[in-house]
Amino acid sequence: MNFLIGAFKPACNFSITFSDGKSRKQVPMKKENGQTVMVPLFQSQENIAGKISIEPLQGKKIEHNGVKVELLGQIEMYFDRGNFYDFTSLVRELDVPGDIYERKTYPFEFSTVEMPYETYNGVNVRLRYILKVTVSRNYGGSIVEYQDFVVRNYSPPPSINNSIKMEVGIEDCLHIEFEYNKSKYHLKDVIIGKIYFLLVRIKIKNMDLEIRRRESTGSGANTHVETETLAKFELMDGAPVRGESIPIRLFLSPYELTPTHRNINNKFSVKYYLNLVLVDEEDRRYFKQQEITIYRLQDS
Amino acid sequence: MLNGIDDEEKWLAEGIAGIQHNAFYMHQALDSNNLREALKYSAQMLSELRTSKLSPHKYYELYMRAFDELRKLEMFFKEDSKHGVSVIDLYELVQHAGNILPRLYLLCTVGSVYIKSKEAPAKEVLKDLVEMCRGVQHPIRGLFLRSYLAQISRDKLPDIGSEYEGDADTVMDAVEFVLQNFTEMNKLWVQMQHQGPGRFREKQEKERSELRDLVGKNLHVLSQIEGVDLGIYKETVLTRVLEQVVNCKDDLAQYYLMDCIIQVFPDEYHLQTLETLLGACPQLQVIEAQVDMPAVGAITLYVSLLTFTLCVHPDRLDYVDQVLGACVKKLYNIPKLEDSRAMKQVVALLSAPLEKYNDIVTALTLSNYPRVMDHLDNGTNKVMAMVIIQSIMKNNTFISTAHKVEVLFELIKGLIKDKDGADVDELDEEDFKDEQNSVARLIHMLYNDEPEEMLKIICIVRKHTMAGGPKRLPFTVPSLVFSALRLVWRLQGQEGDIVGEEVPATPKKIFQLLTQIIEALSAVPSPELALRLYLQCAEAANGCDLELVAYEFFTQAFVLYEEEIADSKAQVTAIHLIIGTLQRMNVFGVENRDTMTHKTTGYSARLLKKPDQCRAVYACSHLFWVDDQDGIKDGERVLLCLKRALRIANAAQQMANVARGSSGPVILFVEILNKYLYFFEKGNQQITGAAIQDLIELINTEMQSDSATPDTASDAFLASTLRYIQFQKQKGGVMGEKFEAIKF
Repeated sequence: MNFLIGAFKPACNFSITFSDGKSRKQVPMKKENGQTVMVPLFQSQENIAGKISIEPLQGKKIEHNGVKVELLGQIEMYFDRGNFYDFTSLVRELDVPGDIYERKTYPFEFSTVEMPYETYNGVNVRLRYILKVTVSRNYGGSIVEYQDFVVRNYSPPPSINNSIKMEVGIEDCLHIEFEYNKSKYHLKDVIIGKIYFLLVRIKIKNMDLEIRRRESTGSGANTHVETETLAKFELMDGAPVRGESIPIRLFLSPYELTPTHRNINNKFSVKYYLNLVLVDEEDRRYFKQQEITIYRLQDS
Repeated sequence: MLNGIDDEEKWLAEGIAGIQHNAFYMHQALDSNNLREALKYSAQMLSELRTSKLSPHKYYELYMRAFDELRKLEMFFKEDSKHGVSVIDLYELVQHAGNILPRLYLLCTVGSVYIKSKEAPAKEVLKDLVEMCRGVQHPIRGLFLRSYLAQISRDKLPDIGSEYEGDADTVMDAVEFVLQNFTEMNKLWVQMQHQGPGRFREKQEKERSELRDLVGKNLHVLSQIEGVDLGIYKETVLTRVLEQVVNCKDDLAQYYLMDCIIQVFPDEYHLQTLETLLGACPQLQVIEAQVDMPAVGAITLYVSLLTFTLCVHPDRLDYVDQVLGACVKKLYNIPKLEDSRAMKQVVALLSAPLEKYNDIVTALTLSNYPRVMDHLDNGTNKVMAMVIIQSIMKNNTFISTAHKVEVLFELIKGLIKDKDGADVDELDEEDFKDEQNSVARLIHMLYNDEPEEMLKIICIVRKHTMAGGPKRLPFTVPSLVFSALRLVWRLQGQEGDIVGEEVPATPKKIFQLLTQIIEALSAVPSPELALRLYLQCAEAANGCDLELVAYEFFTQAFVLYEEEIADSKAQVTAIHLIIGTLQRMNVFGVENRDTMTHKTTGYSARLLKKPDQCRAVYACSHLFWVDDQDGIKDGERVLLCLKRALRIANAAQQMANVARGSSGPVILFVEILNKYLYFFEKGNQQITGAAIQDLIELINTEMQSDSATPDTASDAFLASTLRYIQFQKQKGGVMGEKFEAIKF
């Protein structure tokens, strides 16, 4: 499928198509204006190839100093608006300086592109990949066209994936032992586990399991941390007695999770936590937070 | 309180409105095959069940509304052509719900469809459901949720013969599922009592009993599983259920569930597992830790258990005793039962073995039986003791060992002696008499053919009855004395066998005992009765040829007569008894006998009223004429007595003349005439036909005198006496000839 972007740009129309555009998977992406568009999905080491057509508006010609296409990987910090950090930047020259009188099509190809980071759209930070087509001109300014695409990288199941098991408590008040079957979950995984009540001297009203995302951006004194609760899942209703064991089964698929990102280009990190929360009858909260790793497993 | 009820109505109304509202949108979604919306609104609808504000009763109403709606949802789930999602995916999808209660209701609903689809073995789905339901620990919400699970799974158990039957262990899977749900439900049910403030305890108990059938239903389901044979019942079902019953440590639950077990499973199973069943009973004592539990409930439990035990395993007395023992432990914490219902239950508990065995002896072997009785109040204790005695009487049961007698007396001690501190005034005289007469009768049922054992029994009875106090002794001592005398007579019969060696049971020894017993009675005082008993003993001693002993008894009788019996009527009765007894005594030597007869005639002549004197004196005549082969036959002294009697009769006539202006009836004369005739007939040479003739003359004269009081009794008596003489004459022979001498 072809995409026309910037239909009313002055001077010319652009068309950027991918060579495997018909078969390539498209995924939704939220644009800055809040609209969701479908964009092609790539992963690292793929060839990104296609055609770029430039068609001057009726009866006009475009004088230019050259046409190029760039593949950019950018990290954008919202609190640092306008500041992009390009961690990837590849260029292909498409045309030598000259004039375009009619529709002209350039094939392009970036082969086995290293795209180590995934597209990410967070609270304070965005990581995006774009194709940037530039028609350089001496006057009237250069004409620039962007095409977003999404990168997702898949991981094999981790070779070591221990369960998380821990005994916690408040002396003479509450002692529990909880267990989550793994420490690393893929995005469509199920968290299986149980909470075992060793000592209960408080009247518990209910118990929830929360999935929290902690996004930290910047570094040093400039670090911004944003925590969101993505899931609030009730595990237990009522007060258990000593010896009771409560099952956990939490499907991750309904929630909009991303893989865990650790120190992406020294700019940001996204981490996930399971937060076990017990609330007593006086609405006091007792909680224990454990980090889990989320990864993207290749759809089988 | 009123406000509370009003509020509850309001909350219920709100809940119902919430359910109806969401159900409306759910129906719309179902009609348009919109699964997502259907799930959304059904979850919202089910959220109404998350309320904590309703009592079980009201919550049930709410639950039933939701239940009906869930049936419609289930129908929709079944038709995957409509919503386009496989049941497996649906099973996951409903688990995305954030709130646990709606989530689990939906899961159970899909689970039901899942099992029906047979996409997975029933046991797997059921196992998952029952496990996941652990998440709801709130008692009422949890109970209803699990009740829902039980409801939807009832027809889907992998039972043998069911379309959901699984592999070799299929029955166990079914059993395991129901057992687990049962266990969890019972735990929740027991937990209910710890909810909320303690002051609403009574209300709580009421609310709890409203929910008990939710728990009990599981047992019913278990009993309906085809594949549960005796083996599985014994090894798994009963063991696990009992484990839960015992461990829950809750009286209400224990009582209800034990009853349930007994009700829902067949008797033949109980028969085969009695040991296990009863083994659990002592462990139910945990209820004793709860001092404030209602005694009546616990005891009722024991009653049903006992009745059951008696029916199923009558030969295992140890079980029966075990049950009683457990009950004692329970009662231990209640020094005195105040609750009349509880009391009735204890009586029922104690009566059950008696009715079953028709034999108190069996009950006597139950070591805990008397311990249970100790917990009755005085009144009830007596009633129970009476029941025991009546049982013995009715079945004619002899209590034949000293040990059993001891136990028996322990049981009926309420009748035997006053309890410390008991208010004597309360006693109803008539009841008391009834009771003591029963005890008296009971003593005769304590019997053993072996003299030694019998003596032991007597000693025990003596020990207990002697403690009975002045009011009881007159009732009990006679029985005891006669019981002892019976032994004496028996010993006498076999005396020949007992030679040389030291034998504990000898008449002499028993007589010593008797002396002490009767002494106690005379000290009460009840001298008339004591006197009778002394005489009775004297006669027995006579039979044993124990002159000194007999003499001693007579002495005691005389002492009593002299010192204690002052009433003239009583004296008359006593003197006649003495005469009658002494007449038959043949053990006395001449000297002793003389002393006795002398005393007796002396007393007779000193009675107050002339007619009494007269009659006693002519009765004394028999002391000198014993109509045996070796009997004394002292005609002269007989005549002396009769003459003396005549004199007294004469004096009586004169006294009557003086006092009333008319002579008394001639009946005394007629009576003496009869004595004359008796001795005449017996061949007393001192009594002549002429003397009799004179006497008849005298009587006729008296009767015809002006001052005579007409008395038909005397006339008739005389007439028949004369007819007798006539008859003897006509009979002819030696006697006829003899009587011919009398002319009139």
